[in-house]
Amino acid sequence: MPLHSARRAWPTVAVLALSAALAGCATTRPTQPPAATSAAPAPKLRAGLDPRGVDPFPSTYRRRSAPAVAILNANILTGTGAEIRGGGLVMAEGRIVAVGQVTPPPGATVIDAKGGWLTPGVIDAHSHLGVFPSPGVSGHADGNENIDPVTAQVWAEHSVWPQDPAFDRARAGGVTSLMVLPGSANLFGGRSVALKNVPAATVQAMKFPGAPYSLKMACGENPKGRYGSRGRAPATRMGNVAGMRRMWIDAADYGRRWDAYARKSAKGDAGDPPKRDLNLDTLRGALDGEIAAQIHCYRADEMAVMVDVAREFGFHVKAFHHAVEAYKIRELLAANDICVATWAGRWGFKMEANDGIDATAGLLTRAGVCVAIHSDDASLIQRLNVESAVALSAARQAGLEISDAEAVKWFTANPARIMGVLDQTGTLEPGKMADVVLWSDNPFSIYAVARKVFIDGALSHDEDDPAGPHRSDFELGQGGDR
Amino acid sequence: MRFQSLFAAALALGAALAAAATAQPIAIVNARLMTAGPEGEIARGILVMDGGRILAVGDERTAIPAGARRIDAGGAPVTPGFIAPRTLLGLVEVSSVEGTTDGRSDDPELSAAFEAQQGLNPRSALIPAARLGGITRALVAPDYDDGAPDGPPRLFAGQAALISLDPAKGLDVRPRVAMVLDLGEEGAARAGGARGVELTALRAALDDVRFYLAHRAAYDRGETRTLALSRGDLQALAAVVEGRQPLLVSVSRESDIRDALALAKAYRLKLILSGAEEGWRLADEIARAGVPVILNPTANLPTRFETLGADLRNAARLRAAGVEIAILGGDGAHRVREMRYFAGIAVARGLPYDQALQALTLGPARIFGVSDRLGSLSAGKLADVVIWSGDPFQPMSQPRAVFIAGAEQPLTSRGQALRDRYMAGDRP
Repeated sequence: MPLHSARRAWPTVAVLALSAALAGCATTRPTQPPAATSAAPAPKLRAGLDPRGVDPFPSTYRRRSAPAVAILNANILTGTGAEIRGGGLVMAEGRIVAVGQVTPPPGATVIDAKGGWLTPGVIDAHSHLGVFPSPGVSGHADGNENIDPVTAQVWAEHSVWPQDPAFDRARAGGVTSLMVLPGSANLFGGRSVALKNVPAATVQAMKFPGAPYSLKMACGENPKGRYGSRGRAPATRMGNVAGMRRMWIDAADYGRRWDAYARKSAKGDAGDPPKRDLNLDTLRGALDGEIAAQIHCYRADEMAVMVDVAREFGFHVKAFHHAVEAYKIRELLAANDICVATWAGRWGFKMEANDGIDATAGLLTRAGVCVAIHSDDASLIQRLNVESAVALSAARQAGLEISDAEAVKWFTANPARIMGVLDQTGTLEPGKMADVVLWSDNPFSIYAVARKVFIDGALSHDEDDPAGPHRSDFELGQGGDR
Repeated sequence: MRFQSLFAAALALGAALAAAATAQPIAIVNARLMTAGPEGEIARGILVMDGGRILAVGDERTAIPAGARRIDAGGAPVTPGFIAPRTLLGLVEVSSVEGTTDGRSDDPELSAAFEAQQGLNPRSALIPAARLGGITRALVAPDYDDGAPDGPPRLFAGQAALISLDPAKGLDVRPRVAMVLDLGEEGAARAGGARGVELTALRAALDDVRFYLAHRAAYDRGETRTLALSRGDLQALAAVVEGRQPLLVSVSRESDIRDALALAKAYRLKLILSGAEEGWRLADEIARAGVPVILNPTANLPTRFETLGADLRNAARLRAAGVEIAILGGDGAHRVREMRYFAGIAVARGLPYDQALQALTLGPARIFGVSDRLGSLSAGKLADVVIWSGDPFQPMSQPRAVFIAGAEQPLTSRGQALRDRYMAGDRP
């Protein structure tokens, strides 16, 4: 069972709208922030001083209006573990309406898939698009606030450059949603942001409505290497852990002060509010289960220490990222309900990645661990289906029987779960966002091309469009022509 | 435990087979022979190897020598071993661990004269891992040390060697196959901050080599003007200016490719382009110059301003124009096995299948001047042969047997040993 609640920090207009739209789905989200559920109205803090005040950077994402679409004559990997041969899918008003044996509604655009394959939109739970964009010039290097090992106050969304051409390339690879994280130089790197992969001029217009925030943490070589080499802590792995524990103590204390203030003000006693601290806001959110802890960690022994640290301070690790040694501690991860976001074929680029193997995803899946194949890379994000095929092939070669229907979760449902948006996307189920890819072939084939990519029901990439794919502002008038 | 002993037994068997391979002819029967050579594809073919070479390739009537070991491929594809066109195999173990990397010179006096085959480690864990990708040969090419970007100006990275991935044969090294040079953004940064600086320095260096070759004795007596390069580098470049050794040039932008072609023409150099992300923009010019290209068909991002035109159809367009191509892996080391997937991705973007197979085999063999011995399943060539479980470009396929010059290689790796240790409990 998850050790954390699914509470959200802020209600937004978009969330309310979605809750209405999702009526009939199993899961809906709260419409009130936890702080606002108390009986007596608290004296209002000045704008900006309340850690749980209004959402300072609300999503302005609106789905593009699109006609109803019926895709027929397709093979379907639903992301729920099912494979449907010769089925169809209907989407309307941005939502999936029906999957399986379907009848096109009147007026719907009908697409004959001709035996092509449908999957949920590809989701990458670990990306740096926009924060380390292309071209990779120093003026664009906005992913690591690497001047201090503790920077939970920075938010990746404030670095995202929406004109990163890699968003377009990723969309052509079927990517409909992604989590953009700060880099891994710091113990606490900052907040990550969940995006819908749509062309936009602002990051707010890409923000996944209602998605929770995540906290990026890092163990191992990166933090200790970055700071130890500059004569400051952390210089060792034990220094990493000490640095984290120190901050969790600060965060718990900060939360205690705010909770005490909330209790007082609920009784009508205004008191003096604690001073808001952006760094501790994020850490407190993680302790309270509102912000998901995502930990960059390669080695099994370090992940096991992180599990203990999480227990010590009472937070839940949503996922270990990269985690190339996760196969060594499958039972521990399963018992603690911790997901893993990893690769199939990356190893040996540094010491802590030296034991990476290509059967990791299969071994974890067999042990009941939720696994996502992630990219951490602007090129690989375009081919998460291929990377998953490499992992699936390795699993089967090792004698593990894993179906295509199960493995497709590696780049759909499971990353959605890691990002906290599985109730909205990640599977092909009625009521969910119509994030859908029509592939030319089985997605585990090297020849599979994402022919049509739908985001909230709107055709957002089309290989058959004679105008070619969308190109960002950056590419216009300078080489974008082909 | 049970599995581990099975695994050990399989290893022993593999070793025994490898030993036997040299002593006994081998016939692969019932094979879909994808020869990559003039023999084309033979649906139910027979391949015979003996003494490290391919003896015969043909249909089911092909004669099998008495006493030959027969391997039934079950109708599965059999290809030549793949030739990875630009790697650091044998020169790197853990990329970020300095003591395990030997592919870069940071001595400004030793650039062109740096030879990649010195310091090769045949026991590298990367070599068996690469073999599991069907790779039997690799070009090992020096790289640049960018740890000290403000260091003295540098031009050449050094000389590449062609190796086999059979450690038992000491990697069968063929040294000095190509001279490695970067043009474009990175080359300019190392040479002095501008493309024009590098091109000028390069011409001056080549002129100096010619001068040195014409005045060797006087140079050694100290009676000539000062030359820009060290004596070792001048000597090393003799083969380049005499057109015997190709210059392998990393280059991306259309204009830089054009500059490289012009330089090669002016100095009558043999040229190999590497990268060439914007090659499609001048595919016909490259073809007319008879210059081959080593490329990554998945490169489609403007990661630098010089790759604004990077496009998934580059491989198909260059090949269609008649350019010889070779396909790179995900990197030159731990991810080199991805070259076969990249060939498939190029096929999905318009490269004909047989051309993609050639880009992993006969293409690089021709580019590196070894097509008389390698690159296709042809009688007389070295028996670098891979039996696959299915389409070799598909991740879902795996090699079933790998032969290098007739010697069967164990299909094991450090990664598999780790896997087997940790999945012992999962075995039925």
